[in-house]
Parts: sequence; C-alpha cells; structure tokens
Amino acid sequence: MAQKPVQFTLNGEDKAAFASDGQNLLDMLRRGVGDLSPKYGCGQGACGACTVLIDGEPCLSCLTLAETVDGKDVATTSGLSSGSGIHPLQDAFMRNFAAQCGYCTPGMLMAAKALLDRNPQPSRDDVVEAISGNLCRCTGYEPIINAVLEASRSGASQPNG
Amino acid sequence: MPVRVETFSQVEEAARALSSNQKARIYGGGTILMRSVNEGDQSFDTLFRLTDPTLKDIRSEGDRVLIGAAVTMAEIIRHRDLSFLADAARAVGGPAIRTTATIAGNLLAPPPYGDLATALVALGAEVRFAGQGSANVPIDEFMRDRESRKGSVVTAVSVPRLADPTALRFLKVTRVKPKGVALMSIAALLPRAGGRIDGFRIAYGNMGPTPLRVAAVERALEGSSLDEAGITRAAAVATEGLDPPTDALASAWYRREVAPVHLRRLLLGQTG
Repeated sequence: MAQKPVQFTLNGEDKAAFASDGQNLLDMLRRGVGDLSPKYGCGQGACGACTVLIDGEPCLSCLTLAETVDGKDVATTSGLSSGSGIHPLQDAFMRNFAAQCGYCTPGMLMAAKALLDRNPQPSRDDVVEAISGNLCRCTGYEPIINAVLEASRSGASQPNG
Repeated sequence: MPVRVETFSQVEEAARALSSNQKARIYGGGTILMRSVNEGDQSFDTLFRLTDPTLKDIRSEGDRVLIGAAVTMAEIIRHRDLSFLADAARAVGGPAIRTTATIAGNLLAPPPYGDLATALVALGAEVRFAGQGSANVPIDEFMRDRESRKGSVVTAVSVPRLADPTALRFLKVTRVKPKGVALMSIAALLPRAGGRIDGFRIAYGNMGPTPLRVAAVERALEGSSLDEAGITRAAAVATEGLDPPTDALASAWYRREVAPVHLRRLLLGQTG
C-alpha cells in the first residue's frame, strides 16, 4: 500500500505523517499524530463531530482525504486551550451546561470558533446556522447556542483568544 | 482493499486517464465520494485528485460568468458576481460541507442532493468538459443523460450574469429545521420585461432522477404578470408530466400534494 508523506501544521506545530491511500484526515489525526480531540461519529458527514479548521475554514475531517492537507494549517480542539487556561468558548460551554455526554463538543467548539473568527458579534440566527451541521442528541441545542453567544460577548474572537 | 489516489495537475490528463479506467472516480470536494470510501465501497478502486488551478477560477466571459468545477459553495456565496446563486449555495449542507462541496459535485450528486444544480437548471447554465475546448452543453441536455456523462470530466459551469439578482428565486423544502436534505427544491428564473414575465424557467430538485425543468408550469406562466390568476394556473399543473420518487423522506403522493403549495409560495415571494 502506498504511503504518502504529509507535512502540515497542527495547532501551530509542524507535523509530519504518512497518509495511506484513501485515508481520511480524521483517521490520520487520531491514529497518525495522536490528536484524539476530533471525534468519529458517523463517517458520513452527517454529525459534525469530526469538524476541524483547515486554513481557518470549518471542514469535516472524515470526508477530507488526508493527503490534501499537505502544506496546510489544521486546527483542532486540542489547540484551543493555552497552558492551564481554557478558551473562552470552552469556559462558556462549561458555564452554560452546553456539554452533556460531550461527544459532539469538539465539533461544536470548532464550528463556533470558525463563526467567531469571521463574525465576532453574531446574531442568534448566525449561531444556529453555524452549528447547523453539528448534531447534539443531549442538550436540545439551546445551552450550546447560549454558550456561543456568551463567548462572543466575552471576547472569544480575539486573536489567540 | 484501500483505494489508490492519483494526482493530476492538468485536467486534460485526468480526463484521458479516466476514459480508460472504469474503476476510477474524480475526487472533487469529497463530501459524497469519501462517504463511499469510508464504507469500503468496492465499485471503484482509484481516486483521481485534480490540482489544476484553472478549476478554481471564477471569471467573466461576455455576459456570462464561468465558474470552475472545483469552486466550492462557500466561494460562490462569497463572490460578488454570483450573489444570485448565494441562496441556493447556502441551502447545501452545513458550513463545514459548504467549504468543500464543489459545483461540479453538486451537478452530479444523486438525489436527495443537488440544490445548487436545481438553481443552475432554472438559470439556463451550460456545462463545459475537458477535451472539448470552450464548447458548452446546455444544462437541460446534461441532466437528460447525466448517467452516461460520468466518464467525462466537468471543467466549468457557465451561467448568465443576472442584471437583477432577485430574478432567480430559490426554495428548499425540508422536514428538519434549520437544516435537512431537500424533500424538494424549486428554483424559478423570473426575468421581467415591462411588467410581464418573459423567458420564465422553473426547475425542481428531488422530483425525479435529476433536477429537471417543469415545462407545464413554464407554459402556464409565460407572458403572464405573476398575478393571482396566473399563479393559480401554474399551481394547477405543478406536477404535470412528472414522476416524483418515493423515498425515506416522502412518498410520491405526498410530493404531488405539496408541490403546488410550495410553488405558489415561491411565486408569491412568501418564502422568507
């Protein structure tokens, strides 16, 4: 089986891995470089649990051919916190009880980060639209929407914030 | 067995290789194809990845805009010359799908997908293929024999530049809010000439094997002024000549029942 070398940055750090033929990005992140934060939900692009940012844009890592991120910048939930501090979005999720089982949370966080990076003061409708590709079977979405709105008010969109 | 991936920097080369390889598929955005890869689909064994930068072009060509095959929904939404397509592009998937799903992928997507393609049918788009220079195939013709075109490589889609972006109306009917796959979608091109509709085109998605034009409705509305009487006439023939599918979302009967209602709302502009 052919292995293709892939060099990319993951949360600002240089990474190199071998992508096997047909391997998706989610699998390469989890098994190739050991970042377990993006989740495997459906493998069909329906649930959003594997959402990561590629060059700042939200993408479904299970539907992305791993070798296509060569030379690109990938961001996952692992990179949100810095040192012992958590990201304002994570903080807002915690305070609003926006995670129950937690399986959708990494995808929700990345979808929310993609929104706030582009639109620091979103409306409620903007938030609903931004997470419309992410399924949560626990919360009924309201706590998540509230958390994202609260984070936007507390400055989650600041660079490195 | 895992699939092989071959990368092509020139689309013409990929088209030549595809014509001699029945078990190869073009990897565009991957939003449909990668699902099959993840499931271990054995009907293909090779992915052709195209890195030709011309496939990402959006450029003017006379009174039309040429959109490269690999242009994504998100790129269409952001492009100032394509604002008339933004509603239909936004109807596709969630944000993370729209950053990767391509216009050519949407043209070839099986039901229940193809929201943008439905708008392209109403718009009178034309499709361009590798190895055929700047010869364009009208989209109606493309959709009629879509299955047989799977061995060719789409390079671009040409659309008329609408002077009035509101002349193209789009409606997606779903059962899940805010997002779900389309039970049906409707696109209508309503160019106005002196208060009357001239050159009306209407297309449905998910009411047949591909997005298709609805000749009976077009005939009913041609030359009318979109008044109550005209819209009632159009709604009465909303599914004439169609054979809508029965699938997990809805039966053919249900689609026939609701199509006139949604068509009416679209024509009255009550879709907000």
